[in-house]
Amino acid sequence: MARQFSVRRQTGFTAIAMMCFFALYLPIAVLVVYAFNAGTSLNTWEGFSLQWFVKAFENQQVIEASIRSLQIAVVAALVATAAATMAALATTRTEPYRGLTLKYAFINQPLMIPEIVTAVALLIFFSRIKVWTGYSGLGYLIAAHTAFCIPFAYLPIRARLENMDLTLERAAADLYATPWKTFRYVTLPLLWPGILAGLMLAFVISLDDVVITEFVKSAGQDTLPTYMLGQLRRAITPEMNAISTLFLLLSICIVTVFFFVNKKRI
Amino acid sequence: MSEAAEVIEAEARRDVRNRWLLSMPALLIILLAAAGPLLIVVVYSFLTPGPYGDVQWQPTLSGWVNVFLERDIFDETLSLADAHVSIFMRSVWLSLVTTVLTLLVGFPTAYFIATRPDNSRELWLFLITIPFWTNLLIRTFAILQIIRNEGLINTIMIKLGLFASPVQMLFTDGAILTGMVYVYLPLMVLPLYASMEKLDFRLLEAGYDLYATPFQVLRRIIVPLVKPGIIAGSILVFIPALGAYVTPSILGGGKNLMLGNLIELQFGQGRNWPLGAALSITLMLIVMVALLFYVRNAKGAGGRHG
Repeated sequence: MARQFSVRRQTGFTAIAMMCFFALYLPIAVLVVYAFNAGTSLNTWEGFSLQWFVKAFENQQVIEASIRSLQIAVVAALVATAAATMAALATTRTEPYRGLTLKYAFINQPLMIPEIVTAVALLIFFSRIKVWTGYSGLGYLIAAHTAFCIPFAYLPIRARLENMDLTLERAAADLYATPWKTFRYVTLPLLWPGILAGLMLAFVISLDDVVITEFVKSAGQDTLPTYMLGQLRRAITPEMNAISTLFLLLSICIVTVFFFVNKKRI
Repeated sequence: MSEAAEVIEAEARRDVRNRWLLSMPALLIILLAAAGPLLIVVVYSFLTPGPYGDVQWQPTLSGWVNVFLERDIFDETLSLADAHVSIFMRSVWLSLVTTVLTLLVGFPTAYFIATRPDNSRELWLFLITIPFWTNLLIRTFAILQIIRNEGLINTIMIKLGLFASPVQMLFTDGAILTGMVYVYLPLMVLPLYASMEKLDFRLLEAGYDLYATPFQVLRRIIVPLVKPGIIAGSILVFIPALGAYVTPSILGGGKNLMLGNLIELQFGQGRNWPLGAALSITLMLIVMVALLFYVRNAKGAGGRHG
């Protein structure tokens, strides 16, 4: 029987797609496999071992950098999501009003400017403030991360709000609910998946950041990515593979949850 | 004006005021830690570099002059700064090639995902989404391991007898290009998929009924219909590629700089903050031009098919 004709078929597309998926995952697979190498080599397999994971956990710098990364990511993601939720409520389900376009542009600004430019700007600005105030704690990194996390948190929340009409909230108001009660018992539960998705996106984006952190951090404020960047410029051992594998695992977990939260419809 | 109309108008005004209050925290944070400092960069680009980094508060154009010109240290004459010009050209060129290559690979991939049956489509999409949210540094590190002299490619090629000795792939423009295509590919596939998902496949049927070849269907029906996705994907790849810092600094080594590395140098070893500031603004201007191009084309494409 002749092969069935399909209007969707384009010669070679499937082959290219398969090669694309293969090429996307091969380097990551190699990286993960050598994290379990018994030897110090990144290219000759010398047997299975967990020693590099043990080394990573015993490495004080890695532990400190990881904790710092998590601290920054948690605070930045929470603040960014709260701010983004309010901003999304303020910019959706309304007639266009003066300044609305400006708000969109402003909220999405961190997405449009190359990261290196923002990094330089913050380096200059914060170094001034450090001199003036004498404060050089994690606050600068948290502020910077919060700012660039806002648009990422904003996107899913706004998308969720735009699919929600005002009927239920109006019904609540008709039944003498106060604006706060309407928000607390009607809007918020409906919006929750969007907020959760935004929170997770913001968390991952903060956790992954290299460039802005590299420029803004003071001495001794390495996050895990900037620590890794520093190590990559020196001799590399499979300890880097082990750290990367754990990091990868965390990202994949978050993305998986995100993917399913985001796919669920009302 | 009737009383009712006044009440409605007052209500509307209050609504807008509340909306401004609600968006204040987000706007303030971005103003303080993203948008505002950009203005300071503009100011710094017109100041005199300090001896140990930072600036002295004496206005000068030297930062801007140094973007493309260099002053001879002996006779003070100005000449074209070849190093800077070639880094600019290389950055734009590598970013363009990256965009084209990601498009060539990403288009069939997105089309493949969009034409899967509903139940498996989610899985393929998920496989693209994972690298999208995986740390860029880790993905660059993964590429580094593959193309090193002792990496997978060289090892296999030598075992097969195709290479006599390891071929130097790391620290070349080719390495930067490979890395950028690898890390930015998901940024191309996702918007392409978003517009292919909406593709009306009956139009392809109509094309075939009119004796179009598959290539004609691709060129005359599919490509024009998904043009917004092509433009969006290209912008999403081109902008971060142009400002790329991590990928070229790991895969390009010290010699093969891109704009991001050149800017960083001015704040590190080079210690010429005004020049770094001027370079940053130049980069931002190029990006603005690309975005304007996007806005104009996106509107045109939307109008024609919308």
